[in-house]
Amino acid sequence: MRPLLKVENLVKHYAAGRSTRSKDRLAALDGVSLSIPSGETLALVGESGSGKSTLALCIACLETPTSGSISFEGIDVATLDENQQRLFRPQIQLVFQDPASSLNPRWTALEIVSEPFLVQRRFTKPDRTVRALQLLDRVAIPRKLAGRRADELSGGQKQRLAIARALALEPKLIILDEALSALDCSVQALIANLLLELQASLGLAYLFITHDFAMAAHLADRIAVMDRGRIVESGPTENILRSPNHEATRALLAAVPRFIESPSVLVTA
Amino acid sequence: MGGKCPPLVQEMTPLLEVKNLHVSYSARTGEVCHALAGVNFDLAPGEILGVLGESGSGKSTLAATFLRLLPSNGKIQKGSVLLEGENLLEASAQDLRKIRGGRIGLIPQEPSSSLHPTLQIGQQVSDVLTAHETLDRRSLNHKTSQLLASVFPKDAQRISRSYPHELSGGQRQRVLIAQAIACGPSLVVADEPTASLDPTTQQEILHLFRTLRQKLGLAMIFITHNPALLAGLADRILVLYAGRIAEIGPAARVLYSPQHPYTAALLRCLPSHFAESRSARKAKPSVIPGEPPDLSLRENGCQFEPRCAERMEVCKSDEPSAAVVNELHEVSCFKFAG
Amino acid sequence: MRYLLRRTLHAVFLLFGVSLLTFLFSALTPGNYFDEMRLNPQISPESIAALHTQYQLDRPLPVRYAHWLNAVAHGELGFSFAYNSPVAPLLWVRARNTLLLTVTAALLAWLLALPLGVWSASRFGRVPDRVVSWTTATLLVIPDLVLALGLLILAVRTGWFPTGGLVSVGYEEFSPLHKLGDLALHMTLPVLALVLATLPMLVRHVRASVAEVLDAPFLRAALGHGIPHRKLLYGYALRAAANPLISLFGFSVGTLLSGSLLVEVVMSWPGLGPLLLESILARDLYVVIGGVLLSMIFLVAGNLFADVLLYWADPRIHTAVSPK
Repeated sequence: MRPLLKVENLVKHYAAGRSTRSKDRLAALDGVSLSIPSGETLALVGESGSGKSTLALCIACLETPTSGSISFEGIDVATLDENQQRLFRPQIQLVFQDPASSLNPRWTALEIVSEPFLVQRRFTKPDRTVRALQLLDRVAIPRKLAGRRADELSGGQKQRLAIARALALEPKLIILDEALSALDCSVQALIANLLLELQASLGLAYLFITHDFAMAAHLADRIAVMDRGRIVESGPTENILRSPNHEATRALLAAVPRFIESPSVLVTA
Repeated sequence: MGGKCPPLVQEMTPLLEVKNLHVSYSARTGEVCHALAGVNFDLAPGEILGVLGESGSGKSTLAATFLRLLPSNGKIQKGSVLLEGENLLEASAQDLRKIRGGRIGLIPQEPSSSLHPTLQIGQQVSDVLTAHETLDRRSLNHKTSQLLASVFPKDAQRISRSYPHELSGGQRQRVLIAQAIACGPSLVVADEPTASLDPTTQQEILHLFRTLRQKLGLAMIFITHNPALLAGLADRILVLYAGRIAEIGPAARVLYSPQHPYTAALLRCLPSHFAESRSARKAKPSVIPGEPPDLSLRENGCQFEPRCAERMEVCKSDEPSAAVVNELHEVSCFKFAG
Repeated sequence: MRYLLRRTLHAVFLLFGVSLLTFLFSALTPGNYFDEMRLNPQISPESIAALHTQYQLDRPLPVRYAHWLNAVAHGELGFSFAYNSPVAPLLWVRARNTLLLTVTAALLAWLLALPLGVWSASRFGRVPDRVVSWTTATLLVIPDLVLALGLLILAVRTGWFPTGGLVSVGYEEFSPLHKLGDLALHMTLPVLALVLATLPMLVRHVRASVAEVLDAPFLRAALGHGIPHRKLLYGYALRAAANPLISLFGFSVGTLLSGSLLVEVVMSWPGLGPLLLESILARDLYVVIGGVLLSMIFLVAGNLFADVLLYWADPRIHTAVSPK
């Protein structure tokens, strides 16, 4: 079966500035390959500086890779001209970590969800409103909040809004870049719930980028571990959890706060 | 009284006694939001208390109240906070300045913006020292280096000459910790100290807290929304919901046999990792339905009632008071009405 | 370091451009000093022609410019037809007088604006702050001319202050202390006028920059560490708010020669301003060019100074500027 997304040997270099922050020099991809089948979730786990966000931006065509190829449904995205790109972009959508900065705080919920329609010049105005409201329903935002400004919503509601916006153009792949990291634990569960529901009903594929191994293990079919611009290990979730090979993987697993296992393991200071 | 200290230390006077604390914010529209509505607990010297709460629970308000750092629209309606017998809420401006940093250390949220952008790290740590102690130059430098060395096992010298924008998130967090313990306070309040950090850095910081507690015998109030961080660190845990204490007790009990429906539901929300079988994975995580309550509306009855799976008739009309479930373990729920 | 080099090169380039433009504009304006002379029947056309050649007014523009540039490099700024003396000494004297005024005024203005602005920002929105805002707004609205004239009227009516000039008659015979006192008396009103003209804007800028910083998390954190109030305001808040203020300071330095023209003319202060004015009216080419060039040098130097200061004060600039 042809995978939905196939990335081969992606390399991305940023001009090294005189910055002393090592993070800037690490924000590069050094030959990344992965694939995501339709309707499945791939979790990309790694520390900050490992290149996860760069990869997300390249796949979403917001950055141009230095070399390597990205194919979506068999088509190499680099071969698309500007017009074709505009028609292609709706297929892959992004949800970011901080809804406060990825949503315009002065726009209402309805306006935010309708924006993709405006950009792609689809549908008439009344049609857009109807569809926007339907999207809000889909992510369980009560309709009475449709007229509220984004900065008046809670963190969980904002993130739902971001997901609704991502769904507007009926994408096949949604990239979630640390989308749950800034949320409270119970809200994370709610949004995770929502994502699983949407995947089941719409057949979406997810690229779930995170540094939280626990959540990744819970949501993903496959896990890829990234370290310093390379994928150091990847495979089905069970395999990675049961027998991690690479030291980066083991370090990340060890860092998961452990207490759910059993009371006897609890260490009291 | 609420949340008593463990019996071993009951002979000692509690370090901190919070009694019936009510704090509210007034919005520009005139609405009053009750951030804390009657909080009672004690803290023993050298004890680590984990305050577990989500957004809107009032946890940050609690931290701000101890140091009287509430924004201009915040008001302490009533209650008292006794630090070694003295009421912090009645302290004069002069005394307050000495208390801040001198007797209570604060590790603020947002390490990325809690350091002065154009002052060297060493200078910022020295400033905290000079604010509370008169030291000559040599002792000041010596003490600053010692402090930085205690949080940065290597590289302390280089860090001292660096600026905040040259450091990583974890490094900045360590500087904030150094500032908080600089003048040897008896209590440190840490407000979400690991919120924006990587998991490995998080573990390092938690380890640092444990080490410091051992070495310095600090009492700590560790505020977080992630229960997993408190395992292995906190002695007792206080669960905050809608400005009230839902549950307070020894860490092991609260984490492994939570009595309050909210605590239990919250702990069930955490992703069950290491689930070996596919059917357990991608199973919908259990959630707490609904949204946290609007704190500007003071509803009758238990604040958690609308979302509670075990609610009863009485929960709608009356507010539960703290009931002792076990030794040192108290829950505010009608299940244990007493 | 590269940043500074770039800024210096930039400044030099700017100076060249300014000198060229000034030269061109002055040379291309219709009329010159000699037209006036031609009307005077006592001066023969041959003398005028001779003067013409002597001052090379018949040569093409680029040549004149090149010659002039060469001369400037040697410190010679040309010759003033109106004053019949070399331009350079003329300018230095006048510039010195101007600087006497403007440096005093700038120092006073800044020394007053900083504490006032910080104090106002710390009481943001409350009554003291509103009073300051209102006062500065009013002062800003009043034109500098009105301020200067107003003070002049004060001098005339009360007789407390001299109504113009640098020193009193018989200055040379005064004792050193008396000389100083006399100078100070003459300076008072012009300096006052300048301070009143510039202070409001400075206060507003200081207030705005500091107020913005007072809300920042790092200030709250410092408060939480028990940093004393004064240190918090000056050592932390003002320091963090320094960037826009440093640029403003550079501007203050830059306008040391050019900003006081109006006040000097109205209050008869023998500075660069009145000289420039007269020379423009008299088409005295080299004085005008020299004067404008001098002002421009100060302006460019002021900005460069601000850049250097900024580089030194804000460590983030070291890392922000990277080579291509």
